[in-house]
Amino acid sequence: MLKINNLSCQKGYNLLFSQLSFTVDLGGILRITGTNGCGKTSLLKIIAGLNIQEQGTIFLDNDAVKSEDYQRAIFYLGHLSALSAELTCLENLKFLTALNQSVAQPLLLDALKQVGLEGYENEYCAKLSAGQKRRVALASLIRSKSKVWLLDEPFTALDPQGVKMVEQHIEQHCKQGGMCLFTTHQDSTLKNQQVLAL
Amino acid sequence: MNIYLQTLMRDLNSAIRNLSSILNPLLFFIISISLFPLAISPEASTLSQIAAGIIWVASMLAVLLSLNSLFHHDFDNGILEQMLISHHSLPLLILSKIVAHWLLTGVPIILLSPLLGVFLFLDDESIKVLMLTLLLATPSLSLIGAIGASLIVSIKNSGMLLSLLILPLYIPILIFASSAVSQAQAGLEIDAQLYFLATILIVSLMLAPFISALSLKISLE
Repeated sequence: MLKINNLSCQKGYNLLFSQLSFTVDLGGILRITGTNGCGKTSLLKIIAGLNIQEQGTIFLDNDAVKSEDYQRAIFYLGHLSALSAELTCLENLKFLTALNQSVAQPLLLDALKQVGLEGYENEYCAKLSAGQKRRVALASLIRSKSKVWLLDEPFTALDPQGVKMVEQHIEQHCKQGGMCLFTTHQDSTLKNQQVLAL
Repeated sequence: MNIYLQTLMRDLNSAIRNLSSILNPLLFFIISISLFPLAISPEASTLSQIAAGIIWVASMLAVLLSLNSLFHHDFDNGILEQMLISHHSLPLLILSKIVAHWLLTGVPIILLSPLLGVFLFLDDESIKVLMLTLLLATPSLSLIGAIGASLIVSIKNSGMLLSLLILPLYIPILIFASSAVSQAQAGLEIDAQLYFLATILIVSLMLAPFISALSLKISLE
C-alpha cells in the first residue's frame, strides 16, 4: 500500500498543496487532476523521490521514499521521455530498463513490437516523431517490474490506438497487483479509477 | 554488463556518433598551442622555456570547454531524472560519466602532448614528465570539473559561470604540473610535485562524485 501522509509542497512563494493525505491500495489506479500549475507534476515527482517534500511522509508498505527498496519499486515516466538522440531505439530502451532492472534483448524487441515500433530497433531516436519517442519510453514501462507506476501525462502525443494500448497495460498491471498514479488532461476510459483533484 | 559500465559505454557511444563534441576541444587545444610560436618567437630556447606552461594552460581550457556538455544533454532529455530516482548509486553513475569524459578529452590530450612538446622544442625527458603530469592530473580536471558542471546544469548559457567556479580549483594543479616540467628541464627532482598531483587526484576521486551527486539533486529540484 502506498501511503501519503500530510504532504505539502511549496514552489517559490506559491504553496501548491498542503496537508495532502491519501492511500493507494494494491491494484489501485489513481488519476490526479487539476488545472495547469496546480502541482500535479510536483506531486508525482515528490512520490518518485525527485523533489524534497516540505512536510509529510511517504511510505510504500514499510519502505520510506528514497530508500533503496522504495526506489526499486517505483517507475516514473515524466514529461521528458529520457531518450538520447544519438542512440537507437533499442539502445535507449536497453539503458532505460537497465536503470531499473536489466532485461534480455528478445524481451526488449518484443516490447518495441507491442508499442508498434517493430522494425525501428536500429533507428536513431533523433529521427522519430514525438509520438514514437513516447512509445519507446512506454516500451520501457511495459518491461518494468516495478510495482508502482507514476506516469506524468502518459498520453501526450499518442494517437487514439496508442492511448488505448497504454490504458490496457495500466489495467493489466493493476490486475496483477501493481498500482498506478497518473495525470492527464485527456478523457480516460480506465475502469475503477479513483480521482484526486488538486 | 552492469549499469555503471553501461553508462560509460552509452556516453562513449553518443560522443562517437556526435564527433564534433569530442573534436572541438581537441582542435582548440592544438590550434591555440600552434599559435604561440607565431606570436612570440620561433626560437628553440624561448619556446622550450614556456612550453610546459602553454601546453598545460591549453589543456585546462580545452577540458573546461568540454565540461559544459557533461550533464547538459542528459538534463535536457530527462535521463538525469531517471538516474536520480533509480536504486543504483548516483555517485557511481556520475563517476562512470566522468570516466567517459576523461577517456574522450583527457586521454587524447595526453596522446597529443608529445607531438606538441616536440613542436615547442621540449627535450625527451621533459616530454615524459609532461605526459606523466597530464596522466596524473587530467582525471582530476574531469572530476573537479564535474562538480562545477553539476552545479550549473539547470542554467542556460552558463559557460562563463562554469569558468569562474572551476578555474580557481584548477590553479593548484596548474602550478604543480607546470613546475614539475620546468624542474625536470633544469635537471631537478620532481617527486614532491608528483606526490601533490597524486594527492589531488585521490582526494578528488573520493569526494567529487559525492559532491556532484548532491549538487545534481539540488539542481533538479
